[in-house]
Amino acid sequence: MAAVVEVSGLRKQYGRTVAVADVSFEVEAGEIFGLLGPNGSGKTTTVECLQGLRRADAGRLRVLRLDPASEAMKLRRLVGSQLQDSALPDRLRVGEALELFATISPGGPPWRQLLQEWGLADQRDTAFANLSGGQRQRLFVALALVSNPRLVVLDEMTTGLDPAARRVAWDLVSAVRDRGATVVLVTHFMDEAQRLCDRLAVLSRGSVLAKGTAAELIAAHQSETVVRFTAPPDVDLSYLSALADVRHIERDGDQTTVRGGGPLLARVAHALVERGIEPADLAAHTPTLEDAYLSLTGDPNPDGTS
Amino acid sequence: MRALRAMTWVELKLFVREPLTVLFVLVLPLVMLYVLNGVFGSQPDPSVWEGLPPIDFYTSAYVALAAATAGVLALPVHLAGYREQGVLRRFRASAVRPATLVGAHMAVTVLIATVGAVLLTIMSVAVYDAALPQDWGGVIAGFLLTAVAFAALGALLGFLLPTARAAQGLGVLLFFLFLMLGGAGPPTEVLPDALARTSELVPVTHAAELLRGPWTGTGWDETALLFIVTLLAVSVALTAWQLRRDGRT
Repeated sequence: MAAVVEVSGLRKQYGRTVAVADVSFEVEAGEIFGLLGPNGSGKTTTVECLQGLRRADAGRLRVLRLDPASEAMKLRRLVGSQLQDSALPDRLRVGEALELFATISPGGPPWRQLLQEWGLADQRDTAFANLSGGQRQRLFVALALVSNPRLVVLDEMTTGLDPAARRVAWDLVSAVRDRGATVVLVTHFMDEAQRLCDRLAVLSRGSVLAKGTAAELIAAHQSETVVRFTAPPDVDLSYLSALADVRHIERDGDQTTVRGGGPLLARVAHALVERGIEPADLAAHTPTLEDAYLSLTGDPNPDGTS
Repeated sequence: MRALRAMTWVELKLFVREPLTVLFVLVLPLVMLYVLNGVFGSQPDPSVWEGLPPIDFYTSAYVALAAATAGVLALPVHLAGYREQGVLRRFRASAVRPATLVGAHMAVTVLIATVGAVLLTIMSVAVYDAALPQDWGGVIAGFLLTAVAFAALGALLGFLLPTARAAQGLGVLLFFLFLMLGGAGPPTEVLPDALARTSELVPVTHAAELLRGPWTGTGWDETALLFIVTLLAVSVALTAWQLRRDGRT
């Protein structure tokens, strides 16, 4: 089966500003694919090109086997989207919005059912301007699903939401995928990407720095494990630096931080216990996607494309 | 077609929920007509108002002004606001053709203008003894042409102006220009030369003239007809051009 989204060599310039220099990736059917990167890295431009909302300057794009540039109208009927910086008329009510979009793009579940499913039944007669941030996001996701799309694009859906609302939104994304849609998720939140995405691409300055599952990215770009514990400052710990794969030891008062590779926690623990030191708070910090991301994007020598 | 119908219905509801525009388009012309009638009465004066009773002169002027106000005051603010807030993007992403959106806005504008025109005519005729149109068909055709032309001008302004605030500013400016120089205020005959010549460039002057011919039974004013048709054609062409340019970004 062909990939739902195929992008190769995408390039887009606004005047002399290069928004996307060279982006390539594929999204397989049924997965949640993340586009992760700092502001201005070209994520939004990329998904706008995918939906035919902008025209790429160069590169090959296929979305659901359609060319977004020449078959935009056909494509937009098959793609549901929650766009960054988009809105509805202030005085449009929730029920009216769903009914309108259901009429414009028919084919999905009855709009009253979506109203229930996305917890908007009580807001049915509330004007868009009076909705909370979380309610707006739920409405946008419901609108994105009104045509029963095969691909759903979610751009920064949790920006501006409080932590509780973000968690609700995450459940919504999983629910969208469980309905059988493929999801492209644009985000700059690491925890969101790590939790939701099956695979992701890290973008910086309009180029893809790395692609893969969160675990693959972490393994490839952040192999350092960090072990921390407390020990009285006057205790001699110099023997730790002789352990295999230990690279760095830092002591700050009674706080000790050991950095290195391999089974670091087991080796440090063994060495400490052998000398009668048994710190109660000995713990390893496992590298997260955020660590991998920072080591990727914080590279002092980024491939200068801008 | 179904999308256009649904969109028009929604836009109509949204328009009615905007009290300020309703006030400007539907109520203000009635108040102005009331004031003018109180000032000038209904006795014709051969030196001004083309020799017509003032109420007959002003009724056609205000019916034309209703169409113009609906077009340049309400529509551009809505459309420019849509682009500013991202409503346009939202609709585009859902495969709504820009033409559908423009069509819905223009349909609502023409409808509102028609309501305003009917209210004005009823008040003029029933309360102030204005003459009924001699040529109903001509007046209706002339009015619809005028309303569509101003709606098209409004759509063009809505797509050209960057923000709702800019659209509102320009709309109010045009409204007063139309009011003062379009024949809805002082009659052209008493205006100084320069202003009288300027009023020849104001679309409402021609729209009022276009209605006045069939209304009083003197037939079509060809200059006025040409002016309004040109306004319509140029507005539609420029709007289409602007939309194509938007679509290529």
